[in-house]
Amino acid sequence: MSVTPAAPVDVGALRDKAHALRRSMMAMTRGKGEGYIAQGLGIADCLAALYFSELRHDPARPDWPDRDRFLLSTGHYSIAMYAVLAEAGYLDPEELPTYGLNGSRLPMSTFDITPGVEIVGGSLGHGLGQGVGMALGLRLDGSPGRVFVELSDGELDEGSTWESAMGGATFGCDNLVALVDCNGIQADGPVTVAIEPVADKFTAFGWDTYEIDGNDMDELVDALASCRAQDGRPKAIVLRTTPGFGVPTLVARPRAHFVRVTDEEWAGLMEELEADRDR
Amino acid sequence: MTGEAAVFGQTRGMGELIEIPDRVTELAPFGRELAALGAERPEIVGLTADMARYSDILPFKEAHPDRFFNVGMAEQNLVLTAAGLAKTGKIAYCTTYSVFVTRRAYDFVAIACAHSKADVKIFAGMPGLTNGYGATHQATEDLNMMLGIADLTVIDPCDATELRQVVRAVADIPGTVYVRLLRGNVPVELGGDYRFVPGQAALLREGRGVGVVSTGYMTARALEAARHAETSGVQAGVLHVPTLKPFDRERVLDFAGRYDRLVVAENHKTTGGLGTLVTEAMFDAGVLRPVIRVGLADEFFECGSQEYLEAKYGVDLPRMVRALVEGT
Repeated sequence: MSVTPAAPVDVGALRDKAHALRRSMMAMTRGKGEGYIAQGLGIADCLAALYFSELRHDPARPDWPDRDRFLLSTGHYSIAMYAVLAEAGYLDPEELPTYGLNGSRLPMSTFDITPGVEIVGGSLGHGLGQGVGMALGLRLDGSPGRVFVELSDGELDEGSTWESAMGGATFGCDNLVALVDCNGIQADGPVTVAIEPVADKFTAFGWDTYEIDGNDMDELVDALASCRAQDGRPKAIVLRTTPGFGVPTLVARPRAHFVRVTDEEWAGLMEELEADRDR
Repeated sequence: MTGEAAVFGQTRGMGELIEIPDRVTELAPFGRELAALGAERPEIVGLTADMARYSDILPFKEAHPDRFFNVGMAEQNLVLTAAGLAKTGKIAYCTTYSVFVTRRAYDFVAIACAHSKADVKIFAGMPGLTNGYGATHQATEDLNMMLGIADLTVIDPCDATELRQVVRAVADIPGTVYVRLLRGNVPVELGGDYRFVPGQAALLREGRGVGVVSTGYMTARALEAARHAETSGVQAGVLHVPTLKPFDRERVLDFAGRYDRLVVAENHKTTGGLGTLVTEAMFDAGVLRPVIRVGLADEFFECGSQEYLEAKYGVDLPRMVRALVEGT
């Protein structure tokens, strides 16, 4: 079954999907007591919009040549990736509790051993350039397939990202969409270098650029629709997201890059998540 | 410029075609063979990082402009774009200078390409002292670096004949391949019956007493030195090892075991490349022979003509002959 961009979008249903992803991620975090949950909760809305509305893909055929590709460049967002791959049917949800365990197909950082994972993530600055290459390859084949690359604001520190930004524009890759998750955090704390204004930079590099609230499903759906334009220019959506979105206690936690959750905290956090859904 | 240095001329322009006296040469064997192969196999694409002219890939660009991509001076993105193309079913030949694709883009070769077994074929130009622009441009430790990456094939061809065959062979070697590229007027040294077989060393000359194990264009020098040594009554054997990874341990050990002493020759530092592979294999197997390593010291090198640099740093013909005849 393929989901096509032409299908009418049920924004409410997408919000439900995002909520389901958050629940999965919380369950995976509880199993280990720690994880990159804040980033996962922040990107959940974007992944729900992609996998259940925008991408042309078929979980029964992960190697379908004409599929749209989603590249997760920030490998440590793996918790979100596995949640959406399970929800979409690439993975058995029963496998999710193995997240981060020895011998698991669901390691803490993404590798292309996992069904539905296109590239090795985690060595940051590798995603966008491979997206450029895939966009060129699909274009050479006359394929309608498009390439969506997730990357983060912290990752923009890597110079290779900007080499790739020039490449995407130089080759006119209008079948390429960068999803830049600007959540304001990186390993050592708040984003360190003067990377802002991110949207202006992509615009200056020759990309059609949209800047939205990355936790607002209406804005996500609209921006993704805009990125279908075949105008000879690559697209970038700058997503302003909140780490831990949906669980206020996690949003307020100062060290959000890698979160530890105690058993005592658990029930309260899940109550917050459910309350957020009812909001 | 005076004295000995003057004998060897000067640093040539980067893309200058150098006439090689007393040698049969072929012009741009890499690009011409790739252009021909590209006509047969539409899945082949070519990429460069502002080195189309200096890497000899121009004939491919001219023959297949729609399948050629110049990413500018951006080696990281060169490798990434090639990896992405490979992951849509293409065989991506990418080329720049050895120094830039190894020193600058190492992580990208290792993870985006080799780890995913991506069909990226890196043709790395002007290795070792074939570049006269000094340490910035001379890849003298690239074999050491690339041999350290798992799931990567590493090849150092001898001449135009072998390079042409390698261009074709790597298309059918699964995964990522690193090839040291000879450009411009490339000498033809190996006979018309020579056949490159991936992963196999080739016995080019049988001898007695002293045997040379060599790779890259130093194999041509080894053959020439062996001919010179004959006048001193020395019959040197020559085993050419074009594929350094996977390493043909079996043939190397068999060869080494048949000689009293060995010479290892490479256009690279004497550590981390062929010299290390050969001596490790011999030691591990208990094949203990004296070994002279003809190659480069662990230092940075200056600018100059190839002949000047080779004489100064001890990899020229007289050095090879001395190793064979005098054993020093």
